[in-house]
Amino acid sequence: MAVISLSGASQSVNGIQSSYMAQVQRRRLYGGLTLLIFIVLMVSGFNIADNRNAGGFWDGLHQIGDYPADVLSEAWEKRADLPGLIAKYFPALIETINIAAVSTLIGAIGGLFLSLLGTRGLAKWPRLIPLFRRISDVMRAVPEIVIALVLIFVLGGGPVPAMIAISIHTAGALGKMFSEVAENADAKPVEGLASTGATWSQRMLLGVFPQIAPNYVSYTLLRFEINIRASAILGFVGAGGIGYELRNAMGWGQGRFDDAAAIFLLLFGTIVFFDQLSSRYRNRLTDGQSH
Amino acid sequence: MLQVDTLTKRFGDKTAVDAASIFVDKPTMIGIIGRSGAGKSTLLRMLNRLSDATTGSITFEGQEITALRGAAKRNWQSRCAMIFQQFNLVPRMDVVSNVLHGTLNKRSTFSTLFNLYPQADIHKAIEILDRLGIAEQAPKRAEALSGGQQQRVAIARALMQNPKIILADEPIASLDPMNAQVVMQSLRAIHEEDGRMVIANLHTLDTARRYCDRVIGMRDGRIVFDGTPAQLTTGVARDIYGAGADFSEAATSTEIGTLDRPEARKTEIHA
Repeated sequence: MAVISLSGASQSVNGIQSSYMAQVQRRRLYGGLTLLIFIVLMVSGFNIADNRNAGGFWDGLHQIGDYPADVLSEAWEKRADLPGLIAKYFPALIETINIAAVSTLIGAIGGLFLSLLGTRGLAKWPRLIPLFRRISDVMRAVPEIVIALVLIFVLGGGPVPAMIAISIHTAGALGKMFSEVAENADAKPVEGLASTGATWSQRMLLGVFPQIAPNYVSYTLLRFEINIRASAILGFVGAGGIGYELRNAMGWGQGRFDDAAAIFLLLFGTIVFFDQLSSRYRNRLTDGQSH
Repeated sequence: MLQVDTLTKRFGDKTAVDAASIFVDKPTMIGIIGRSGAGKSTLLRMLNRLSDATTGSITFEGQEITALRGAAKRNWQSRCAMIFQQFNLVPRMDVVSNVLHGTLNKRSTFSTLFNLYPQADIHKAIEILDRLGIAEQAPKRAEALSGGQQQRVAIARALMQNPKIILADEPIASLDPMNAQVVMQSLRAIHEEDGRMVIANLHTLDTARRYCDRVIGMRDGRIVFDGTPAQLTTGVARDIYGAGADFSEAATSTEIGTLDRPEARKTEIHA
């Protein structure tokens, strides 16, 4: 039987202890300095921002509740009208959700191709990986509202420019998330399929999709929620839907706060509804994965 | 000292551990053997309170363990260290930090966040590493170490807890025979020198026979054998593993020596 000594240290324990302590002290010093710099920057940055602010943070702080209080009190006075107003704005809500749904679908398909073409080990043309990555960077770097404003100028107001704008941003954002999932996919099934002479699309369809589909669907559902909010915001710049109605209702001094309250209620209800729906569906997907 | 009384764990309609009763009166090195799925891991996880028992009780030095909650439960876990098959270290942290995790039960989240361990603890951690022969690895990341070294780091973490009991769940199942020997000898040395109770799940008979004072055999969640290694005959072993007449102990062995002398082993069993 081989004899194995339990203490085979060539270096003395004291030496290891002191060198490790020195390392720990150095690390603590750096950590402390970083924390100090962070706090100094935060405090000074806040003060600079507050000085340049037209109103002043501390002076305005107590007024934060004024606008919601106005909206709520007026809505409460006219609470009998609320159901009627909710029914009135419901078609606009449907338009907003439609914009979000179509652009999520188009964006997810675009993101899928961008991700597969931009992932090391899976790409059809490995040399073009940087190109597809930069395309997806650009698509998500430009804010939806900028694309929408340009398109509204060209195409005129309405849901189509909003849909295109959100689709572009969604394709870029999902392309990034998808490619991170695809990077972690197991390459062995793909290699196995390649050894049988399968084409690139067959390898992706049979070797990669089954692994990544649950994560893809989960990210797409998350993106759908985000896009409902985005499409509501685009209504403010004339893309139609509930955002447009909200902008008209919530301007100061027009006395239509009951309309605004009804729209807020609708938006809130929608987002809660889709949040619940998608989280339930996502949970089922991730549970299904483990079985 | 340790008393386990009709401990049962059910997952849905499947019973993983079925009314297990064990009594230990003094620090002993105990090996639990059995097939995969016999309930060995579930039993150890219930002892550490990583999972809750369905019914039954565990009593240690007069204290009821199964009823502990919150801080009292975490305190018990710090007194009852656990070693895992896959080491379960934090791979991106250095070896000493991993060993210092053994003191987490005594530290606040704040001091953990800023890595503020007392110098005495750091020195003690390195001394423990030296005792296990891996002091030179102290500043390296845990993931940079070999499997055998990682398992010794895990043992060092357990020792840092200064526990009364060390539970080892298949500590050598992922190791090659040489490293397996080093790890088992370390566990044996800890038992003999420090007088700590060691309970190890083992899936090889000869390891249990060689290192343990007492062997418990489990089959389908039940304890079917409890005795000294000498009482563990081939017939009993066949019963524990549910194997036929073609079963020989060498078949489950990971010892290098066994390969050279399968016949010698067999006669030793029959004697």
